[in-house]
Amino acid sequence: MASGILVFLEQRNGAIRKASLEALSEARRQANGKEVTALIVGENVKALSAVANKCKPTKILVVDNAQFANYSTEGYAAALTTAIKTVDPQYVFAANTSMAKDLMPRVAARHDAACVTDVSEIHVAGDRLEVVHPMYSGKTRGIFELKSNVSFITTRPNIFAVQEAENGHHAEIVDLPVTADKIRAKVTAIHASEGQKIELSEASVIVAGGRGIKGPENWNILENLCGTLGAALGASRAVVDAGWIDHQHQVGQTGKVVSPQLYIACGISGAIQHLAGMSSSKVIVAINKDAEAPIFKHATYGIVGDVFEVVPKLTEELKKHSG
Amino acid sequence: MKIAVCIKAVPDTETKINLAGDKSNIDFTGVRFLTSPYDEFAIEEALRLKEKNGGETMVFSMGGAECTDVLRDALARGVDNATHLSDPSFTNLDPLSTAKVLAAAIKDGGYDVILLGQQGVGGDNSQVPAMLAELLDLPQVTVIMKLEITGNTFKAEREIEGAHETVEGTLPVVLSAQKGLNEPRYPGIKGVMAARRKEIAVKNAEALGLAGTIGTDKAPLKLKEMALPPERPQGRVLEGDVDTQVKTLVELLKKEAQVI
Ligand SMILES: Cc1cc2nc3c(=O)[nH]c(=O)nc-3n(C[C@H](O)[C@H](O)[C@H](O)COP(=O)(O)OP(=O)(O)OC[C@H]3O[C@@H](n4cnc5c(N)ncnc54)[C@H](O)[C@@H]3O)c2cc1C
Repeated sequence: MASGILVFLEQRNGAIRKASLEALSEARRQANGKEVTALIVGENVKALSAVANKCKPTKILVVDNAQFANYSTEGYAAALTTAIKTVDPQYVFAANTSMAKDLMPRVAARHDAACVTDVSEIHVAGDRLEVVHPMYSGKTRGIFELKSNVSFITTRPNIFAVQEAENGHHAEIVDLPVTADKIRAKVTAIHASEGQKIELSEASVIVAGGRGIKGPENWNILENLCGTLGAALGASRAVVDAGWIDHQHQVGQTGKVVSPQLYIACGISGAIQHLAGMSSSKVIVAINKDAEAPIFKHATYGIVGDVFEVVPKLTEELKKHSG
Repeated sequence: MKIAVCIKAVPDTETKINLAGDKSNIDFTGVRFLTSPYDEFAIEEALRLKEKNGGETMVFSMGGAECTDVLRDALARGVDNATHLSDPSFTNLDPLSTAKVLAAAIKDGGYDVILLGQQGVGGDNSQVPAMLAELLDLPQVTVIMKLEITGNTFKAEREIEGAHETVEGTLPVVLSAQKGLNEPRYPGIKGVMAARRKEIAVKNAEALGLAGTIGTDKAPLKLKEMALPPERPQGRVLEGDVDTQVKTLVELLKKEAQVI
């Protein structure tokens, strides 16, 4: 009988994503005494098992060979499929990243299995898990039952806490030999995007700008605040469409879904499609000169004022505190 | 070149969403349906591929009567033919069941390129493209921002966290479109008129060889309940002049919210 949870840990450039450790920690919390197995796929990735070990999986499977140096759907699907065959889990978890969204549905279809992406809550219901997936721009939550022999879940980054233990745990580390017999779509180049150093969907603080910043020449005002807070820069669609900033910064229904600890919306009106991307943030700060702007209905703290006055002062005030 | 595009009719994102009385789903009465925004990029890319390489384009949509308008809209933009995958059992399907229906419709069509939007807005699953590729046993590139097709090879650029990946391979391929791939055209009057006269083919479960195999009762994934999100506690607008507001905000973020 299928039992326990297999967690696919995403690594790129020799680092495991924080969001993957969140998925692994959540698996540990939901496992209810059953086995939790972590899976690491790549080339020269054996050392990463020490990172995974901190989240106390029972076992760590490592698929390590040159075929997996870059991500490929079919290569990684072969690795995940082999791991599933090896541990026979009831659930497969991964963080909801672009890699997992490409991989997990494919492998779920291979197993004729249930799959829910972008899960924001997981509950035990009898001998199964029940999951919550935000739908309709976050205006509703679908509560889903997954009833296949093996079921697939991707967890929304920044919602589930990482739980690490420094001492004493020694997961069993197992080399899993896998050869992918066909990789028909191959990654031939990876170009890092300019600018954004902190990935939006994983940032714990985001400063976002909208049409209220008046023009692309004014991003530096928000960038200074980002620098002080160690925040990532987000944007509304209005300013992306205006060409003031690249689409990778867009938050919302047709952009990224983010759940940082702190989201500071500057000169953003709070359209429903924007809220879709950030309403699950823990704390929302709105800075907008229009007291009637819908964003204030969703803000934890609001300042009715001019971004050009408030943001520099806020940056200064924060510097005093961090200094 | 034969190009298939799969599109979904979704509630207008401005729609006020209410729950159905029994909370089994949202209440669809009076909801206005539109083409899912990402599907517009898929349609546009199909039209451009045909303009460049010749061939034919076919658009598929699975679901109820709401599909007719989005199929007509695709025809009005210039897609050659439309097929409505319609059956009482094709209602409120999960992503895998949807992919099964699309796969049945597409598999013997001899398509070189199969395009979809990267996510159906509303359900927000981002699953159907990859599932369809698996069921058709084809390579996939999801969330693409750029596409070049030369002869029978493709080169696509997909968006990943903080980077773009170039992915290459040989046709046929399943591709899912991200915003930025192109600027979709709007249908012109002539297109709208022509689309009105065009026939939309209809295929049901039996015609697709799927009789008795598809339905919400057959899928291992069940929507148990649709619920509203928890209310956010009432926020506060900070008082005083800007200096006071800023000081108060930093205090609150540190002491009350403890997020910095
Ligand atoms: C299908 C669809 C998908 C969409 N997807 C997205 C999405 O993913 N993300 C998204 O963001 N939007 C999306 N939108 C667009 C959305 O509806 C809004 O148009 C957009 O979010 C507005 O951006 P904004 O808040 O920057 O601009 P506006 O609505 O113009 O708001 C600007 C705000 O700035 C304030 N302001 C102006 N000057 C100042 C100043 N000096 N100081 C302080 N405040 C000032 C104004 O009071 C106003 O509230 C989508 C729309 C559709 C139809």
